[in-house]
Amino acid sequence: MKDIQNLYRQVIMDHYKNPRNKGLVNDETYKTVHIKNPSCGDDITIQSKVENGLVKDVRHEGTGCSICCSSASVLSETVTGKKIEDAKEITETYINMLTNKEYDENVDLEEAVVYGGVKQFPARIKCASIAWKAFEGTLESE
Amino acid sequence: MDSYTLKKDFPVLDDKTLVYLDTAASSLKPRQVIEKLDEYYEKYGVNVHRGVYNLSYVATSKYEESRRKVSDFINATFEEIIFTRGASSALNLVASSYGLNNLTSEDEIIVSELEHHSQVLPWQNVSNITKAKLVYVPLNKEGRITVENFKKVLTDKTKVVALNYVSNVMGYISPIKEIIKLAHEKGAVVSVDAAQAAPHKAIDVKDLDCDFLAFSGHKMCGPTGIGVLYGKRDLLNAMPPIEFGGDMNDNVEKFDASWKDAPYKFETGTPPIAEAIGLGAAIDYLENIGLENIAKHEKELKDYTVQKMKEIGDVIVYNETSETGIIAFNIEGVHPHDAITFFDGDNICMRAGHHCAQLVIRWLEVVATLRVSFYLYNTIEDCDKFIESLKGARDFFKSVGF
Repeated sequence: MKDIQNLYRQVIMDHYKNPRNKGLVNDETYKTVHIKNPSCGDDITIQSKVENGLVKDVRHEGTGCSICCSSASVLSETVTGKKIEDAKEITETYINMLTNKEYDENVDLEEAVVYGGVKQFPARIKCASIAWKAFEGTLESE
Repeated sequence: MDSYTLKKDFPVLDDKTLVYLDTAASSLKPRQVIEKLDEYYEKYGVNVHRGVYNLSYVATSKYEESRRKVSDFINATFEEIIFTRGASSALNLVASSYGLNNLTSEDEIIVSELEHHSQVLPWQNVSNITKAKLVYVPLNKEGRITVENFKKVLTDKTKVVALNYVSNVMGYISPIKEIIKLAHEKGAVVSVDAAQAAPHKAIDVKDLDCDFLAFSGHKMCGPTGIGVLYGKRDLLNAMPPIEFGGDMNDNVEKFDASWKDAPYKFETGTPPIAEAIGLGAAIDYLENIGLENIAKHEKELKDYTVQKMKEIGDVIVYNETSETGIIAFNIEGVHPHDAITFFDGDNICMRAGHHCAQLVIRWLEVVATLRVSFYLYNTIEDCDKFIESLKGARDFFKSVGF
């Protein structure tokens, strides 16, 4: 059996049980992207606010498994306060790490690095990436 | 029936550690069927209905012999069997051909929240185009379609009734025979989704008196890419084709053409020949075991497993009273996708999610469910392994803080 302990790390469970930055805001200065995975029912909305080249705030809301919901929370903490180009680089690195592509290990993923364990569970990669994909979408015009 | 011996017919189960509990999505295929596919490709792998040479004659005979087997399997006549891509395209054919050409804004279509998307969405489409009203049978408190509730929505305006024979989420058997009788009294036609029925119980379309009935090959030990639509001959002959091209036509002029009789006018293009022949082999395989024996075996495994699940605690079973081999459940507080990874780790294949039936998932007021489904190759040991894994999952998720 693959190491399921490695998947359900403390950081993940902590963010699942006590999500940070949860709840959407009704504010036009935020960009909103909603992604749904109809086959499993994961449903995540991400909002981001960018000001002076910095990611000022990230909000999230949705339903899904622990990997999906926690990753939205971890995302919000990891990228808030970062320069747009750094946030984009972190996001790209994170997605590459999950999908077993080459990635720059020098990029500091902070807590998000624990999702490296998801690689062992190919069926769950989608769960861990949907919030980050949505975040990437909010930055598209930036 | 000895499932220990039958197991040996399924090459995928050569892996002795594998526990396959996802037959409701697709059954495993026995060697007898796989060899039949090889036989077609190796010995007479040419087109049907076209070649005026012996090999094509052989392929055509085998293909049509399979249609004969299917018609005997459900007590229909030969001309009433249309080969399709699967149950989904069979159900779509009914809606696109019969529905779009016979319904108006004055009419009503009865469906239910217990349907697979392939039974409800084609009629939603017909309703949007023709403005016929889509009406839902209220489910009873267990989530069943009942004759009593069906009577509440049946009116003089009802023109089509489109319901399942066995639910793919809850495993309930619908009282389809009584429903058909009532619908006919109002002059409505009834289209039955039998995708979860055909692999597990004998079907007699004459006895049911259904107008249309659909099922898939791959859920009953047959190949993927082949399905069946049964339709009463008069209805089929009055319906227009929905796909046009080779083999379905009779006389072709520059601005007009005529069609062959059913079933051929609904089978344009080169059909799934190997798959149709393979389906015939699957029917032989199942009939040799006996569908009543299969149904009885599945029900025994289901009852045994549900009893054990109740003893574990922290497990919610949504369909305790179901008559077939499907168990819909969740582990309290654990999202089905978290749970499924644990079962996968124990090499147990089962389903988590919406099961292509979002309406009943919503009806249950859950985000998704886990589903176990049994078949002829499952054994008590499979049930025990599943129960042990379920206990392990419950304990593990508790230990990490769910």
